[in-house]
Amino acid sequence: MNQLTSETFDSNARASLKDVHLRGALKNLAATFGERRRTAIASVENWENLREKARAIKDETLLHLDQYLENFAENAERAGAKIHWARDGKEASQIVLNLIVERNASKVVKSKSMATEEIHLNRALEAAGINPVETDLGEWIIQLAEETPSHIVVPAIHKTKKQIADLFVEKVGIEPTDDVDVLTRTARNILRERFAEAEIGISGVNFGVAETGTILILENEGNARLTTSLPKTHIAVMGIEKIIPKFTDLDVFLKLLPRSGTGQRLTTYQSLITGTKRSVNGEGPEEVHIILMDNGRSRMLAHPVTRQSLACIRCGACLNACPVYGAVGGHAYGAVYPGPIGAVITPQLIGIGATKQLPYASSLCGACREVCPVKIDIPELLLHLRAEITDGEANGKKTDIPIKGKFAERFAFGVYGLAWKRAGIYKIGTKTARLMQKFVARDGKIGEVSGFLGKLAPPLGNWTAFRDAPVIAPKSFRDIWREELKNDLSTKDTKKMN
Amino acid sequence: MKVSLFITCLVDQLCPNVGVAAVEVLRRAGCEVIFDERQTCCGQPAFNTGYRKEARKFAERFIEIYEESEAEYIVSPSGSCTAMVKHFHELFPDDQNWRERCKKIAAKTYEFSSFLVNVLKIENLNAKFDGKLTWHDACHGLRDLNIRREPRKLLQNVEKAEFVELQGADVCCGFGGTFSVKFPEISAAILDNKIEAIEKSGADFVVSCDASCLMQIGGRLSRINSKVKPLHIAEILAAQE
Ligand code: SF4
Repeated sequence: MNQLTSETFDSNARASLKDVHLRGALKNLAATFGERRRTAIASVENWENLREKARAIKDETLLHLDQYLENFAENAERAGAKIHWARDGKEASQIVLNLIVERNASKVVKSKSMATEEIHLNRALEAAGINPVETDLGEWIIQLAEETPSHIVVPAIHKTKKQIADLFVEKVGIEPTDDVDVLTRTARNILRERFAEAEIGISGVNFGVAETGTILILENEGNARLTTSLPKTHIAVMGIEKIIPKFTDLDVFLKLLPRSGTGQRLTTYQSLITGTKRSVNGEGPEEVHIILMDNGRSRMLAHPVTRQSLACIRCGACLNACPVYGAVGGHAYGAVYPGPIGAVITPQLIGIGATKQLPYASSLCGACREVCPVKIDIPELLLHLRAEITDGEANGKKTDIPIKGKFAERFAFGVYGLAWKRAGIYKIGTKTARLMQKFVARDGKIGEVSGFLGKLAPPLGNWTAFRDAPVIAPKSFRDIWREELKNDLSTKDTKKMN
Repeated sequence: MKVSLFITCLVDQLCPNVGVAAVEVLRRAGCEVIFDERQTCCGQPAFNTGYRKEARKFAERFIEIYEESEAEYIVSPSGSCTAMVKHFHELFPDDQNWRERCKKIAAKTYEFSSFLVNVLKIENLNAKFDGKLTWHDACHGLRDLNIRREPRKLLQNVEKAEFVELQGADVCCGFGGTFSVKFPEISAAILDNKIEAIEKSGADFVVSCDASCLMQIGGRLSRINSKVKPLHIAEILAAQE
C-alpha cells in the first residue's frame, strides 16, 4: 500500500521526479488533456457565461446549504431512499459497515468514488473482513496493484501501459500481451462475475438534486450503472457539497464537467437515481441508502474565503493543467486529493499541521484558475492558507511541525520588511550583497554554489543547483537614472517615432 | 503625457539595462518619463509566501509615493509586479479607506507592453533588431492582466526580426518566487519543459515581460551553454540598429 504522507511532500516529489515510468506516464498529460478540453469547450457557445452561471448556482446553494440538504433528504426519502447523516469519515464508514452486516452480506462491488477514497472506506471494510471489489477499470487496476489513485478522474494515470500489462500477468495470470483490448476484456470478464454475485453496490455521487431527491452519477464504462442497479442494496456516499437546487441546474453542470475533465461532450453513461425501484418487477435496487457526509466540509463553509473550495465538482481539469502535478504526479501529495485543488482542500480536511507544504507546492501560475469550470480562485486560496500558516506561527497558536528553515525565512522576511521600506536601507542592503557576491561570481554569473556556502545560504544553493544566478549589476538602475538618464530628455531624439 | 516608472527591484539591481531600454522606448513614444527614487519593492515575495503584515508595509509605501506623483500613469516592465499592485487592496480586507486608495493607484498602473498598445495605442515602435524571436507568456501578465496579444503585436512589427510562436508559450516556466528555491527540483523539472520548447523553436532569443521568468529561463540556458539568449521586450523595442 502506498504510504506517502503530505508531511514529506518535498522528498516524495524528489522521488517521483526520478521515477522514469511515472515521468513517461505523465509526459503528455497536460498537452493531451489540454487539447481535448479546448476542443470540447469550443463546441459550447458562451463557455464563460456557463462558468459564471455554475459558480452562481454553487454560491447560492452553499449559502443556504442546510435548507437545500433538508429538501434533498425529504424528497429522497419520499422516493424511497433512506438518508443517513455522517459527521466524519469514521461515522460514514461505520454506517456502510453496519448496513452490510445487518444484511448478512459479504459480496460488495464499488464504482469509482472520491468520497469513499477520502474516508478510506475499503480499509475500514477490509478490517471487518469484507473485501469490496472496485469495478471501474482504473480503480480495479489500482486495487490489484495495492496502490491508491493518483488522479481524481483517471486513478491509474501514473501507470504506463506496460506496467499495467505486467500487473495483469502477475495478478490474474494472463499471457504477456500489449494489446489493450485483451487487458480490458480480461478485466471485464472477471468483473462480470463479481457483479453477478454482488449483494451490495457502493457508489459515490456527482450531483444531488434538492428539489427531487435525485442523485446523478457520471461515468464511461457502465460499471456504475451496474453497481447501482444489480445488487439488492445500493449505498451512495455523498459529500454534503454535492447538492444543487433544481433539476434544470444539471443542464449547466453536465455541459461543464465532462468537457473540463476528460474533454468529452458528455460521459457515456449518466445514471439518474431517484429512490428505490417503483414496482416489484421494476428496475433498480430494493433499497437505496444515501449517506450525507460532512467530514470537515462545514468548517470550509464557515469562512467566506475558503467556502469556494466547496464549489469544486471534481472534474480534474486543474490537475491536468497544473505544471507541478504534471511533474510529480498525484502520489507525491500524500493525500487522497492531489493537485491544485488537493493542495487547497487537504489542509482543510485533515488539518494544516501535517500538510503545511501543500499550499506552497505551487508556482501560483494560475493555470488551475483558468480551466476551473466553476471559477474557483485556487491561487487565492493557496495564498490564504499560506498566510494562515505564517500567522499561526507568528502567534504561536499552532504546535505544528515546522517546515525546515522556517525560522530563517521568518527572519529574512522580517529584515526585508524593515530594509525595503526605506530606500536608504535598501541601498545599503544591495551594496552589501554586491560585495558578498564577489565570493561566488565568475564571468558575470554565479554557477553552482554547493558545499558550505550553499548550505549557508540555502536559497542560493537551491537556485544554483540547477540554474546560474545573475550577478547584481555594477550600477543599479537608480544610479544610472540619477547620473545619466534623468536630465537626458533628448534620448535618441534623432530616431523619434514618425 | 507624464509616466512614472516603477522599475521593480529585480530590474533595478540585476538588469538595469531593461530599465534604460524602457525609458528609451517610452520617450520615443512621446512620454515624459519620471522616476521616484524613493521606490523599493512591491512586496510580492512577502505576499506570496504568506507574510501579509510585511506585504502591507510595502503596499502602503507604494501607494503613498505614487499618490504624490503628478504622473498620469505608472508603468512597470513587469507583469508580475503590476499584478501585485492590482492585488494590493486584498491586503486591507477591513479598511475601506486603504482599499479605495489601492484601487485608485492600481487603475493607473500598467505593464509596459500593454501600456504601449492599450493606452498609447502604438503597435510599432520603429525598432530594428536582427534575430529570430520567440515569446514566453509570463503567468501573471497573462492570467492576471490578460496580456497575450500586445507583446506579440509589438514584436511582429520589429523590423528585421523574425517571430516564431513557442510551443506551450503560456505554460509556467517554474519560477514562482520562493517556490523556485523551496522546491528547486520541481521548479527545474517544469523549467526543463520550457527549455526544450525554446530550443525546438529555433529562436535565437526568448523574450518576455518579466525579469523573474527571464532569470529562471536564462539561468538554465546559461547553465547548459545554450546559444539562445533571454531578453526583455523593452530591450528589443529599444534597439534601432
Ligand atoms: S477545482 Fe475546479 S478544476 Fe479543479 S477539480 Fe474542482 S472543479 Fe475541477
